[in-house]
Amino acid sequence: MSNYIKGLFHGLGSLLTGMKVTGREFFTPKVTEQYPENRATLKMYDRFCGTLTMPHDAEGRNRCIACGLCQMACPNGTIHLVTETVTDPETGKPKRRLVRYEYDLGSCMFCHLCVNACPHDAIRFSTEFEHAVYTREKLVKVLNKQ
Amino acid sequence: MFDFSIITEWIHGLLISFLPLGVATFIECVVIGGCLMLLYAMIAIVMIFMERKVCAAFQCRLGPVRVGPWGTLQVFGDVFKMLTKEIVTIRHADKFLYNLAPYIVILASLLSFACLPFNRGMEVLDFNVGVFFMMAASSIGVVGILLAGWSSNNKFSLIGAMRSGAQMISYELSISLSILTIVVLTDTMQFSEIVERQADGWFLFKGHLPALVAFVIYLIAGNAEVNRGPFDLPEAESELTAGYHTEYSGMHFGLFYVAEFVNLFIVSGVAATIFLGGWMPLHIPGWEGFNAVMDWIPGFVWFFGKAFFVVGLLMWIKWTFPRLRVDQILTLEWKYLVPIGLVNLLLMVIVVVFKLHF
Repeated sequence: MSNYIKGLFHGLGSLLTGMKVTGREFFTPKVTEQYPENRATLKMYDRFCGTLTMPHDAEGRNRCIACGLCQMACPNGTIHLVTETVTDPETGKPKRRLVRYEYDLGSCMFCHLCVNACPHDAIRFSTEFEHAVYTREKLVKVLNKQ
Repeated sequence: MFDFSIITEWIHGLLISFLPLGVATFIECVVIGGCLMLLYAMIAIVMIFMERKVCAAFQCRLGPVRVGPWGTLQVFGDVFKMLTKEIVTIRHADKFLYNLAPYIVILASLLSFACLPFNRGMEVLDFNVGVFFMMAASSIGVVGILLAGWSSNNKFSLIGAMRSGAQMISYELSISLSILTIVVLTDTMQFSEIVERQADGWFLFKGHLPALVAFVIYLIAGNAEVNRGPFDLPEAESELTAGYHTEYSGMHFGLFYVAEFVNLFIVSGVAATIFLGGWMPLHIPGWEGFNAVMDWIPGFVWFFGKAFFVVGLLMWIKWTFPRLRVDQILTLEWKYLVPIGLVNLLLMVIVVVFKLHF
């Protein structure tokens, strides 16, 4: 009998605890993002993989050494490097140089393996995500500035 | 205090001035029926919108916001979509009962809806055993649900209907016991009379402890009675797809859906009438100025305010607790609510006999 009464009040107490939690949730600011309206203020979280970019410094130089590790790391064959061999004027030795860094957004699965493979941090993912275009050709992008 | 019977009497006088009494009464009945159904549909729309918004708020979302300002036209859009959908009659179903079932459910719901006193002079069905009538009418609904489950020729429907039957018939007992507790306090079963007796304080305050216990039992049992909330296992979507209305489509499904929401309003409206004074404003004995100010607010505002307050309470419960198993539901009813309800009834009798109430 005492168990019955104890259980009853314990049950009521735990139900009230649950209601307190949801009651607080009712008044917290809502997490819903109203997308097209909030474009001006929308901030994606840092680790979001939107599109691959190649940062350039003020003189328009990138850090790519055309080693091709990203091209090999990519499971989908998304990245295609066009390179040329030039002779270094200082040392006189042959050296590879990047001509075009082609990136096909249409076959990218945003796995981040290329960024992990890069030894010089030459490429990184930006949080830009509005990529809709009308033809597949427009999805193939050249990332380096020429 | 705004008295609606002035308007009804004026209309009655106008009609019998050029029509025989029988014809005038008939026309009045038809008009009242039409108004009731209109109000029914409007309350259903408001309730569905409220449900979606409240549910969203509890889940930290915004709910519908796209259609119309703050999403207010969303439900109208849903209603018109439902009206234009095809009603699929499935093969090997018992056609007659299959088509009849939603109308039984809506009939029961509409009959008990007509018992609610909305305002002074605005009671449709109001007679000396109104409480009995309301409970009898609302329990017709379970017949419709059982028929729907049985005639659909679908095991999920049948399991849902059987669960619903077991649950609704059990919880009717608790509802009756808690209402009976208040009937003991009032010594009347007429809804308008029950409201009038609360002019000097609502029964929740006048009956103190037993009334409070009865109120809590009523809310739990009422929630179970309308198959909502932690007691929604007749239509447990994770186990039974949709329970008894799995095979229904179009407006037949719509009728079940609407009846479910308006039943929630009816349960809340009865709770508001019996425990919170219905359309009676908040009166505190001795505070004449305060009471006069409260009287300025019309009765139906009080009624709908209280009813929607209880609806909000029940929605809070629904979006907080996980669904119970069928054995837990029956344990809660037969081992907790019924014994406590009986003891509570006895307590109320003692309170009334020794005049311990306010």
